[in-house]
Amino acid sequence: MKPLNRINDFVVSFATINGSGSASANNLFAKVVFRLGVPVSPKNIFPSNIQGLPTWYEVRVSEQGYVGRRGDVDLMVAVNGQTLRRDYDSVVSGGYFVYDSSKPLPEDFQRDDVVTIGIPMTRLVTEAIDKPKMRPLLRNIVYVGGLAALLDMEPDPFVDALNSQYRKNVQLAEPNIQALQLGYTYVRQHYPDTCRLKVQPRDRTGDAIMMDGNTAMALGAIYGGATVVGWYPITPSTSIIEAFGRYVQKFRLEEDGRCKAAIVQAEDELAAIGIVIGATWNGARAFTATSGPGISLMTEFLGLAYFAEIPAVVIDVQRAGPSTGMPTRTQQSDLLACAYASHGDTKHPLLFPGDPRECFEMTAAAFDYADRLQTPVIVLSDLDLGMNDHFSPPLAWDPQHRYDRGKVLDAEQLDALTERWGRYRDVDGDGICFRTYPGTHPDKGVYFTRGTSRDEYSAYTEDSGAYTRNMQRLLKKWETAKEVLPKPEITVARKDARVGVIFYGSTTPVAREVIDQLHRRGCPINSMRIRAFPFQQEVWDFIRTHELVIVIEQNRDGQMRTLLINEGDVPPQTLLSVVHYNGLPIAGRELIVTLEETLAAHGLVVAAMSNETGGVS
Amino acid sequence: MTFFRPAFRHPDLPPNAAGFHRRDYEGGLSTLCAGCGHDSICNAIIDACFELALPPHRIAKLSGIGCSSKTPAYFLGRSHGFNSVHGRMPSIATGANMANRDLIYLGVSGDGDTASIGMGQFVHAARRNLNMTYIVMNNGCYGLTKGQFSATADKGSKSKQGNVNLLESIDLCELAIQLGAGFVARSFSGDKAQLVPLIKAGLSHHGLSFIDVISPCVTFNNNPESTKSYHWVREHSEATGTFDFVPFRQTITADYADDTVQEVVLHDSSVIHLHKHPNGPDITDRRQAIDNLEDHKEQGVILTGVLYVNPDSQDTHDILQTSVRPLNSLTEADLCPGAQALEAVNTAHR
Ligand SMILES: Cc1ncc(C[n+]2csc(CCOP(=O)(O)OP(=O)(O)O)c2C)c(N)n1
Ligand code: SF4
Repeated sequence: MKPLNRINDFVVSFATINGSGSASANNLFAKVVFRLGVPVSPKNIFPSNIQGLPTWYEVRVSEQGYVGRRGDVDLMVAVNGQTLRRDYDSVVSGGYFVYDSSKPLPEDFQRDDVVTIGIPMTRLVTEAIDKPKMRPLLRNIVYVGGLAALLDMEPDPFVDALNSQYRKNVQLAEPNIQALQLGYTYVRQHYPDTCRLKVQPRDRTGDAIMMDGNTAMALGAIYGGATVVGWYPITPSTSIIEAFGRYVQKFRLEEDGRCKAAIVQAEDELAAIGIVIGATWNGARAFTATSGPGISLMTEFLGLAYFAEIPAVVIDVQRAGPSTGMPTRTQQSDLLACAYASHGDTKHPLLFPGDPRECFEMTAAAFDYADRLQTPVIVLSDLDLGMNDHFSPPLAWDPQHRYDRGKVLDAEQLDALTERWGRYRDVDGDGICFRTYPGTHPDKGVYFTRGTSRDEYSAYTEDSGAYTRNMQRLLKKWETAKEVLPKPEITVARKDARVGVIFYGSTTPVAREVIDQLHRRGCPINSMRIRAFPFQQEVWDFIRTHELVIVIEQNRDGQMRTLLINEGDVPPQTLLSVVHYNGLPIAGRELIVTLEETLAAHGLVVAAMSNETGGVS
Repeated sequence: MTFFRPAFRHPDLPPNAAGFHRRDYEGGLSTLCAGCGHDSICNAIIDACFELALPPHRIAKLSGIGCSSKTPAYFLGRSHGFNSVHGRMPSIATGANMANRDLIYLGVSGDGDTASIGMGQFVHAARRNLNMTYIVMNNGCYGLTKGQFSATADKGSKSKQGNVNLLESIDLCELAIQLGAGFVARSFSGDKAQLVPLIKAGLSHHGLSFIDVISPCVTFNNNPESTKSYHWVREHSEATGTFDFVPFRQTITADYADDTVQEVVLHDSSVIHLHKHPNGPDITDRRQAIDNLEDHKEQGVILTGVLYVNPDSQDTHDILQTSVRPLNSLTEADLCPGAQALEAVNTAHR
């Protein structure tokens, strides 16, 4: 057996138990790798459970900056007895298996292609730590210390990180540092030069940050000027609201301690979206964050908002369906439900952020888009993007940027009007009409908002002509939306490349990595990352100029492909679907195989990898 | 269908204290059935707003779906209105109220709209004690979908088609009191003398003012065996006491006989005078208010008037500690922390 020998390029997985406090220890490891200047990507793979079920925390270390999930595991830290067997089996050939040797491994754990490393974690803490209560938590730190030694990392950055973590609770720093040393020293003594996976300091992180998409979206809502939130708890969106609440306390307090935001925990999602619509109708910026089941409940109101032309920002952090489905597993499976949410003819602008920086930017911008277009805008994230820390460019805010409140008339403008104002009169020819906020003017600009059909002056009518005129105007507005929303990001590998790949959202890093690899292997592929719906001309041009277009997404039915076929004049056979929908974030090593097969089925054979690490390493 | 114009037109009536005439509070032509109780309630709303001299453009009127929920089109034509979706007026009102605490919110709903599809929203608006006046035009049936029983129909009540309601009825007032609404009243669309001051008091109260107005549906539920018919309600109701409401700007001393007066001073210094029986219950006591309702129900009597008031009630803004400035008036300068603060956030994530 040849043990894996790699520097800054491998996957570590921590197999632990939910609720055992391992998350912060695992996070400590990822954070230190990041601080050593090496791009890293942690993924928490957790069950729908508060305490007791198995959890994995996968950390991909990638000097090359490939921070999508790779799949399979080079080094397993197995501290969950329930999954020991499975964890042992899941290590790649040549990999490493670290376990708590306070108890011996079962006799039949006899792989000869894996390096087995026993650290008596429980025994070490029991001997060294007086307070029994602290032992389980500190045991987690012991394995982090051991891992540091295995990977040839200095203990200092870990000590620094622990010190800053317990800045406000100094007496906790000391036992943690002690536990770290226990693991570190044990491995140094018993397993010197055993592991050939190394983390070496580099300078590859630049000004990047490590942030989860939900935090970034909460900040986007703060920066975008949201003041009213209606919400109902649902994983994986809840932490957006929690983070928003924390940032309100930090950034939005008046001198008298009152806050410049109202966060209303509603009785359900029907009310949550109602609160948003009521608030935006009344001139505030408002949003809600939810997941698929919540979207289902919001659909009636979304139809009203579409028809009555009321802005709203809805964030959908997607998870695997159905309602209770796999609430802690990721998917991109609400696309169609969101695009056409509600009854009657409805469609809604969608945004697809690909990393935390875009989560921030697009959420902030969504308020501008919603106000400009006077319609609900749905920002589609997912559990992977939302709840995991991602290696991301820093968040940026242009100080010159001014909120676009869209077409709203104030009292002065109402007084200056020379012709009769009508709430639904398209005076500019872009399908967007002028609105007013309640209370603006003593006797001008008043209208009655309704879901029933009405004329240009918002007066009730069931006249077919008025109805169709209005529906036609909404289509014109839909065209305007294409100019307002972000364009797709197109990357041309070779002008004459025959194959194009389309992807969006959290699939981005994995798709990019795989495309890079195929390129290196002599198969140039152009790519397009879709960033918004409705699709712009660029999208159709991209599809038209490639012989074969593969749409990669994380749902069973190829929903983006369906949407493309439905919205454009695209021959269905030119769009091939490559899907991943098992609830785990899409993984590069699986994807490359599927792509190769798909290409081969179309007569495009990709050369084999030239060396061991040339692939999705 | 007949077009209905408010019965009382007073072209010569002087303007109110704010300089508005009664017509400034009127709305479009009603398209409800002639004689529908809802139209009388609209008139009472118009009178109440006129008499309180509220600037019409500072009122926002909101509703769900139903004949009742159509009515905001028939009053306050100079106020912004929002006819939303079935049963969801309270959430729209919540959002609107959060956005601008300075407007006056008037929500209109039906018994189907509130007690069935919108029960959840009603209950939670009451719990939040949203600062609004919430009027239910209660006819015990679904008017707009042609007469099915609603959840407020009394057990044993018979509809025009001869169907008997076999289910328990929901008493929205009792619920509202239990849930923390600060002002709860019941009235009858046929009793304008009581209804107008009740709506005025409701509009002046800080917090959720819930007013359940029995409002007969002449087309589907006004037969003599219906407990929501004009006849039945006239025969079977009793007021908590004679009642008068004194807006804070006015000093009216009502000329009443020598019975006991309970005086409740509202948040804006308006005063409710309740002239009641000497041993009558205290309307600021929740327990007594509910007992009083139940006692009358046992006797087959519909109790009307102010049922409960909590003059110190805290509304949603008080509870959430939101800015005293309307949130919709805040600008970028108030809301956006700026590029430098963002850099600090970035640093904290490295
Ligand atoms: C989601 C939904 N379900 C059903 C309806 C049909 N609908 C319209 S009005 C109504 C009942 C209204 O009854 P109520 O609130 O008592 O008002 P009324 O007409 O009696 O004044 C129903 C069921 C609807 N508009 N929306
Ligand atoms: S159907 Fe009944 S509730 Fe509706 S307008 Fe006619 S009388 Fe009024």
